[in-house]
Amino acid sequence: MTQSGKNNIQKEGLKAPIIRIGVVHWIKANLFNGVFNSILTIVTLFLLYKVIPPFARWAFIDSLWFSSAEQCRAGSGACWSIIPANIRFILFGFYPHELHWRPFVAMIMLIGLLLYSKNRNHWNRSFGYIWIAGLSIMGILMKGGLFGLTPVDSDQWGGLPLTLMLSFFGMFAAYPLGVLLALGRRSQMPAVKTICILYIELIRGVPLISLLFMSAVLFPLFFPEGVTVNKIIRAQAAIILFTAAYIAEVVRGGLQAITRGQYEAAESLGLNYVQKMRLIVLPQALKIVIPPSVGILISAFKDTSLVVIIALYDVLKTTKSVLASPSWMGFSPEAYLFVALIYFVCCYSMSNYSRRLEKELQT
Amino acid sequence: MNGESIKSNRPSEDKIIEIYGLHKWFGDLHVLNDINLTVNRGDRIVICGPSGSGKSTLIRCINRLEEHQKGKILVDGIELTGNLKNIEKIREEVGMVFQHFNLFPHLTILENLALGPIWVRKVPKKEAEETAMYYLEKVHIAEQAKKHPGQLSGGQQQRVAIARSLCMKPKIMLFDEPTSALDPEMVKEVLDVMINLAEEGMTMIVVSHEMGFAKSVAHRVLFMDFGQIVEENTPQAFFDHPQHDRTKLFLSQILH
Repeated sequence: MTQSGKNNIQKEGLKAPIIRIGVVHWIKANLFNGVFNSILTIVTLFLLYKVIPPFARWAFIDSLWFSSAEQCRAGSGACWSIIPANIRFILFGFYPHELHWRPFVAMIMLIGLLLYSKNRNHWNRSFGYIWIAGLSIMGILMKGGLFGLTPVDSDQWGGLPLTLMLSFFGMFAAYPLGVLLALGRRSQMPAVKTICILYIELIRGVPLISLLFMSAVLFPLFFPEGVTVNKIIRAQAAIILFTAAYIAEVVRGGLQAITRGQYEAAESLGLNYVQKMRLIVLPQALKIVIPPSVGILISAFKDTSLVVIIALYDVLKTTKSVLASPSWMGFSPEAYLFVALIYFVCCYSMSNYSRRLEKELQT
Repeated sequence: MNGESIKSNRPSEDKIIEIYGLHKWFGDLHVLNDINLTVNRGDRIVICGPSGSGKSTLIRCINRLEEHQKGKILVDGIELTGNLKNIEKIREEVGMVFQHFNLFPHLTILENLALGPIWVRKVPKKEAEETAMYYLEKVHIAEQAKKHPGQLSGGQQQRVAIARSLCMKPKIMLFDEPTSALDPEMVKEVLDVMINLAEEGMTMIVVSHEMGFAKSVAHRVLFMDFGQIVEENTPQAFFDHPQHDRTKLFLSQILH
């Protein structure tokens, strides 16, 4: 009895689970399993039929890609021509027209550096120097005044370089600052702890717009006479301070996930506070918080478009300005779709990379 | 409190840990109540007692993972106070093995072992890794050096944890219930490593309920209850003729 029962189990264990494949079966199992799901499928298909073909016709079949605004108005499709016709203003704003190659090269360099940094094997000692060198060259290219380059006042900076600069420096300065704030908030020292809590709660309690206004209007009042701080730098500072407060809370969550035992093991080896945090606690905590931190970085990236309220011309504002010109008025769907695409490419690469990083760091 | 012994805080050749009139409270709970203990170089002490008796807290006070509130602890002649430099110096010399291993999961086994020597002892990386391999071979686990802790069994992890402490070349080893989180079939491999260590003359304080280990390895067995050392004796006398009723009750419970 027991013998045969055992045999049965073994026989069943030998059989591979049945996997049904085939298109028809997949459709049956996923789209039409039951009355409700069948109705849903049919309704969805109907809606897609109503939406997709007209959109495809507008965007691809009837559309014009390289034409004048007048030709566009005659046609019925999308007028993508607005992009090539105004691309230089959209991308570079009021930067002097004949010098556009400079922000262009700077942008390519930044993208190149970011791609180079994707490979973690490159994260060695010379890595920092490569970045410093790259950023200095970019700064010189943008600002000019050295090596015979015509100086360009930062009031004339705009478009995509400005957006990339604000978000890039925003993220990379905010992250370490946020980590320090998180450590401070968990500190044993009451003064440090109180200051960090106050800072985080104050900054999180106000919208970014109000911080930008403060940086533009309020802070200059406190500077001594004759001292002016560049508007871009003030906006940059506001973005960094704002993002850091959010990063701090996310990192604190990661720190709380590290067990007491890890701290004790590090302490019992004789590691001091800095070594304990740098070698044991932070590597583990920061890995845990990759997904929420990237969420914050992505929203910080998109929030840079708010600098428009202190009259900085980021890529969204330059696009709007194009739409305000009489000849191209009315083609806003095309222009906004283009800007959306730029934002999407940036944000999607970030989240894609974070997923890869998470996989690589998995132990 | 023993006023005389507090005054005699001169480091002696053979005394390596001196504890005088030690008290500790967790809130209102009096977890250590007037502990006096002297450990000589090469001593092997096993501490047992019911859960909550303060035995783990006692050894955690020795490397200041817990702060004591009254009394005096001297380790290798250095008194444990709030002085961070002294605390770090003492921790370098005192190895600790935890119930739950507490290996660093983001580092390989080799990195786990080499970390302390490299950063605390400032040993060159190559030398630290050679030392690490030496101790990994001693605990019979050298072939796992490139793996991460999560890929090892509990017994293997605990042996790695012991090797990690040994890499710091400590003068004292503290064991906080090193086998109680292990599956039964893995207890022996860890105890064997500890017995080897004992044969080499390491000073050891072991919180454990492994009575076989206590009988064969310990010089002294301490029984703790309600934060006090109730009984202290040689293993022979401790197991054959326990003096206190509480000790007798405890032994009858764990020896069946």
